[in-house]
Amino acid sequence: MNAEMNSSPHIHSPLSTRRIMLDVLIALLPAFLAGAARLGWRALAVGGVSVAAALGSEALVCALRRRGCSPSDGSAAVTGLLLAMTLPVSVPLWQTALGAAFAVIVVKEMGGGLGQNAFNPALAARALLMLLFPASISRYPALDGVSSATPLHRMALSALPQESPLELLLGNCSGSIGEISSIALLAGGAYLIHRRVISPRIPLACIGAVAALSLLLPRAGSSLHSSLQWMLCQLLSGGLLLGAIFMVTDYSSSPVTPRGQAIYGALCGGLIVLLRSVGIYPEGVTYAILIANALAGCIDRLCIPRRFGVQRGGRA
Amino acid sequence: MKKRFFGGIHPDGRKELSAASALRSLSPKLAILPMQQHIGAPCRPLVRVGEDVLRGQRIGDGEGLCVPVHASVSGRVVAVEPRPHPSGREINAVVIENDRLDRAVPCRENHLPTEQLEPQDILRAIREAGIVGMGGAAFPGDAKALGALGRIDCLIANACECEPYITADDALLRRFPDQVLQGMAILKQCLKPQRAVLAVEDNKAEAIARLQAKMTEDDAAELLVLPARYPQGSERQLILAVTGRELAPGSLPADAGCAVFNVSTFAAIYRAVRLGLPLTQRIVTVSGEAIRRPQNLLVRIGTPLSELIALAGGLTEENARVHSGGPMMGLLQKDLSAPVVKAVNCVLCLPEEKKSAAAPVCLRCGKCVEVCPMRLMPLELYRSERSGDLNALRSLNPFDCIECGCCAYVCPGALPLVEHIRRGKRSLKEGVQK
Repeated sequence: MNAEMNSSPHIHSPLSTRRIMLDVLIALLPAFLAGAARLGWRALAVGGVSVAAALGSEALVCALRRRGCSPSDGSAAVTGLLLAMTLPVSVPLWQTALGAAFAVIVVKEMGGGLGQNAFNPALAARALLMLLFPASISRYPALDGVSSATPLHRMALSALPQESPLELLLGNCSGSIGEISSIALLAGGAYLIHRRVISPRIPLACIGAVAALSLLLPRAGSSLHSSLQWMLCQLLSGGLLLGAIFMVTDYSSSPVTPRGQAIYGALCGGLIVLLRSVGIYPEGVTYAILIANALAGCIDRLCIPRRFGVQRGGRA
Repeated sequence: MKKRFFGGIHPDGRKELSAASALRSLSPKLAILPMQQHIGAPCRPLVRVGEDVLRGQRIGDGEGLCVPVHASVSGRVVAVEPRPHPSGREINAVVIENDRLDRAVPCRENHLPTEQLEPQDILRAIREAGIVGMGGAAFPGDAKALGALGRIDCLIANACECEPYITADDALLRRFPDQVLQGMAILKQCLKPQRAVLAVEDNKAEAIARLQAKMTEDDAAELLVLPARYPQGSERQLILAVTGRELAPGSLPADAGCAVFNVSTFAAIYRAVRLGLPLTQRIVTVSGEAIRRPQNLLVRIGTPLSELIALAGGLTEENARVHSGGPMMGLLQKDLSAPVVKAVNCVLCLPEEKKSAAAPVCLRCGKCVEVCPMRLMPLELYRSERSGDLNALRSLNPFDCIECGCCAYVCPGALPLVEHIRRGKRSLKEGVQK
């Protein structure tokens, strides 16, 4: 014990686990509040129930395990808020609570606990809810008499959405609570990069892959202008930014090697484009990231950094 | 040619605490001179209790990889016995009561032109002056130079001083730039490299200006200003930055045609070869948030840490943590009667650590991988050491680790990564022996 405390280094970066979780909550808040402003007070209820259920579940597990974990590290609150942000505002509150409890108890804690779980808890919980209650997860309520279809519903039919990219950027559209305001999500991402909570590698690789593939993949009867517009709509609609900034960067379910992180981010982007264009759901972010989660460990093993003083291939 | 090293960190430098101070001298009441201040074989004491000694008198020497120890004050030998050493062990030491007369051994000055200095004479003078690597490694200077003889094309003077708080080399360059440059010219004459490079981080503007002013007519050395980033002063990272060469695992700088010495070592070489003075003093930074008046001191070797602290106004709190060396690689000191030895460049006094309630936990954030300048996987080294899987541990190349502490510094989960990697190295070595 003493030896560990006396060991160098004797100073430490101020970025602790708890500070990181606080930073993620701070970064999520603008997008969450923008969603609530657009969708109404019920969004706050969904967020509150989800966070409370996640914290309650974490407290329960920690009490049962009786060793070194505590809901006060903030990770459960992050999981709860992230889950709420992936849900439509009309989701029944008991389903939200069920999802949050599943995320924390089964996916996170039974998956090894903080830092060890292989799958992103919030996304795994969303996937479960989509399976159990497809009606409440894929229904987006009408807004001010506007069509209830989200931009992605139209794009699933290979049509450009009714909204312009600018409207999508500003959140003038329908969707899950946290995915509405692209500009708030981007601001949150910039904050996390500035605070060095995440490196820009993963989100840039993911967003870049989606941009490149949606430009390159052929679409019937498209001019350059509409191709660009199509790409922008792909980037700004649905859960892409929420996923690329807050889900793909999840520490425990993503690779730790710098090269592995870039490859993993690009893989997520590729899978998102694939699932959006072939699946029965218009959205593909959830499943794309969960599939990539399963491959993260494998990617890391292939991307171990080159040993100092040794050429690639082992020559000194 | 120049190459940025991978990884590294930018901790808050805190160098402003001590950088501006005047350089005060300190001669102790009792000089405690351990018979081992270098890597290698310990010295045998050459004096007995009761004997009268002069400053500069050889009081310990030995065979093999060993350099002598000299009295740093004049006076009477009052003890020859094991005493606390900054390494944490008790080591045989000669203790001299200072008579404050500073009676010195007459020294032979040497004013031959540099071109007429013979390599073996330079090496002998370095050994006889008891010179070791003064940046912290304490490897005997003559042995290092001998190992580089005829094998190097690049001689590097290391003034990076990349650890936070420390400004001892900075103070040396501002006060005595000539000594460093002349030391470089002497060693260049000895080792005959094509280049002699003085590498300094860009956060030492005044020192750089002084050097530039001195170096205009002097073509013996070139100045290389590197961006401040820890651990820029680490040998492997510095060689990469200066020459673009990566030292192979387990090899020495001379294998890559380089020799790296700290600037304090160069100044000591100048004083040894030109003035005939043995290594009996050095500049030490006394700094940290828990010392009243942070400053640089010109200290006699053998001065107890407690005297440096007293001269700097004392500690500001009872439970302050005192270290020898910097905050990244220094050693916590339990006994402040331990003396300054040749390789101690800093006495760092930090406030009591607030203990975090949370147990250390790995988030798998990958920050340790991102900052490791040796491109290791600290989190995996930690995990395999904890699980006792020695084969997995060996495959992660723990012996490449330079223990710079970047990984543990950035770890948000506060894992004691360096400590566990050290333990891992120990168990692998023991495993080989068994």
